[in-house]
Amino acid sequence: MAAEPGTAGALAAAGEVGTSPAAETPWRRFVADFAASRLALFGLAMLVLLVLCAVLAPLLSPQNPYDLAQLDVLDSRLPPGAKNAAGTMTYWLGTDDQGRDMFSAILYGLRISLGVGVAATIAALAIGLLVGLVAAYASGTLDAFIMRVVDIQLSFPAILIALVLLALLGQGLEKIIVALVAAQWAYYARTVRSAALVERQREYIEAARGLGLSHSRVVLRHLLPNCLPPLIVVATVQVAAAIALEATLSFLGLGLPITEPSLGLLIANGYTYLLSGKYWISFFPGIALLVTIVAINLVADHLRDVLNPRLQR
Amino acid sequence: MLVFLLRRILQSIAVLLAMSLLVFVAVYAIGNPVDIMIPPDATEADRANTVRALGLDRPLWAQYALFLKGAVTGNLGRSFAFNVPAMELIFERMPATLELAIAAMLIGVLLGVPLGLWAGLKPDSLAGKSIMTISILGFSLPTFWVGLMLIMTFSVWLGWLPSSGRGPTTPLFGVPVSFLSVEGLRHLLMPAANLALFNLALIIRLTRAGTREAMLQDYVKFARAKGLPDRRVVGVHVLKNILIPIVTVIGLQFGSVIAFAIVTETVFAWPGMGKLIIDSINVLDRPVIVAYLLVIVALFILINLVVDLLYSVLDPRVRLAER
Repeated sequence: MAAEPGTAGALAAAGEVGTSPAAETPWRRFVADFAASRLALFGLAMLVLLVLCAVLAPLLSPQNPYDLAQLDVLDSRLPPGAKNAAGTMTYWLGTDDQGRDMFSAILYGLRISLGVGVAATIAALAIGLLVGLVAAYASGTLDAFIMRVVDIQLSFPAILIALVLLALLGQGLEKIIVALVAAQWAYYARTVRSAALVERQREYIEAARGLGLSHSRVVLRHLLPNCLPPLIVVATVQVAAAIALEATLSFLGLGLPITEPSLGLLIANGYTYLLSGKYWISFFPGIALLVTIVAINLVADHLRDVLNPRLQR
Repeated sequence: MLVFLLRRILQSIAVLLAMSLLVFVAVYAIGNPVDIMIPPDATEADRANTVRALGLDRPLWAQYALFLKGAVTGNLGRSFAFNVPAMELIFERMPATLELAIAAMLIGVLLGVPLGLWAGLKPDSLAGKSIMTISILGFSLPTFWVGLMLIMTFSVWLGWLPSSGRGPTTPLFGVPVSFLSVEGLRHLLMPAANLALFNLALIIRLTRAGTREAMLQDYVKFARAKGLPDRRVVGVHVLKNILIPIVTVIGLQFGSVIAFAIVTETVFAWPGMGKLIIDSINVLDRPVIVAYLLVIVALFILINLVVDLLYSVLDPRVRLAER
């Protein structure tokens, strides 16, 4: 979007922030390249803000949405901007059917949505990384078998796989994470394998092997770090996908239990009241979800360009 | 070609078998449907009778053997909840889902290809950039939330379109369809548009990327040098070449449209297979869950096969037998 990818763009970007060639490190170049896109910086700022909101939810929210003692049934389904029955606080985003302040509920929901998305991504990444590296390093029958499984799994949509698993496992925080991991590990395995297949042809791997290093050391210390850039890109995109998938599953009533409402569950909760014109119960959590996903996608989109070696030098 | 076909069919059967075993063991090993089906005040004898009637007292392998035998003959057991054959239930709901999916694909292609071409021919224009922004939104917006917002806007506020159901159906060759009556079309429009969103975004991106690449190729320059009008260069020469990846994606996406119909059908209470599976999961109606999964797997395998074949027809450079 901003600098033209290619030599001129990368140089110009590096020049703008004033790093002299001598002081240039890969990290600094990466930061400079990333900062060259205003849209991506905006996305990153949004993301930081959202993460802060999620982490600091107990401090920021005027009400603890899980504490039933703080909820007042008389305040249920109030429109945005209404005062509570006692007149002591304003519900800026309205309340839901239990008299819960939507703003507080969204902050806490964001916490769960982001937490689930990140946890699932890290676990799927770890599994995919391991499987992909093993496949690429082992090659032969094992590789063919693993990739066959990956191909078959990737020919089914993630939602179907997660849905089936949740149908079997039932509801729960750890169960939805398991379902998300099962639905997503194959993407990482394939990405890592293709990156590793290229890297293992390189001289440094041959040199490491020639030195008589153990297989695990060659794979983990030499092969792995060089496969990371494409993986980071996939992981960023997949965090957004995981959050959207969790929201969808929760909306379908298969994800999280009602005691721990994520953004998807909050939206599902408002679905029944939508037809009577009480839009805010579904609308605002949806906006929060949308902003989160767009912010992550903006960052991911630019990371893809920055970390793509074909567009550099 | 024949070798390829045979190999693919054998492979498909292996995948189906593996899936059936997985699905069966997973579905049957977990959860006890009897608790849900019989009233809480039933006696122990009633309970035992129900278990026997459903064949749940036999060992798992025997249940699987029975199930497999049934599956080959198209009999996947009776739905616990509706007491009709599970397959019958699936096939009864299938036309609604297929109609929705085809309508969504049509919207995606008929809007996506022209918009993608436009964005690809004029990437820096305001229109080109707006089209791309829409496509990014299409990727980011969660389908179910867009569905809710559509209902809120067009049903609740404007009151133009019905919010749920399929409306009256008209039989077409014995299959009930919605699109032949105005009222049916009104019911179909919103769910189809909702389901189309992701594909629309995808097709716009693909067409745009393909167009940008194709416009730099020698054959386009040559066609221009021959003095052909732009309309023909784009409409025939460019379109023909970018169609290959688009057809592949459309084919592959058809499967995920059917999968995603689960979400759209739930939002709009569309009486298709997707709504059926969600309802069945909620009451642990095992035969229906298993039948749905096997039908979906078979459908996916079929779609993949058709796409591969179509690919070889469109692109003579692809030789199937060698793969």
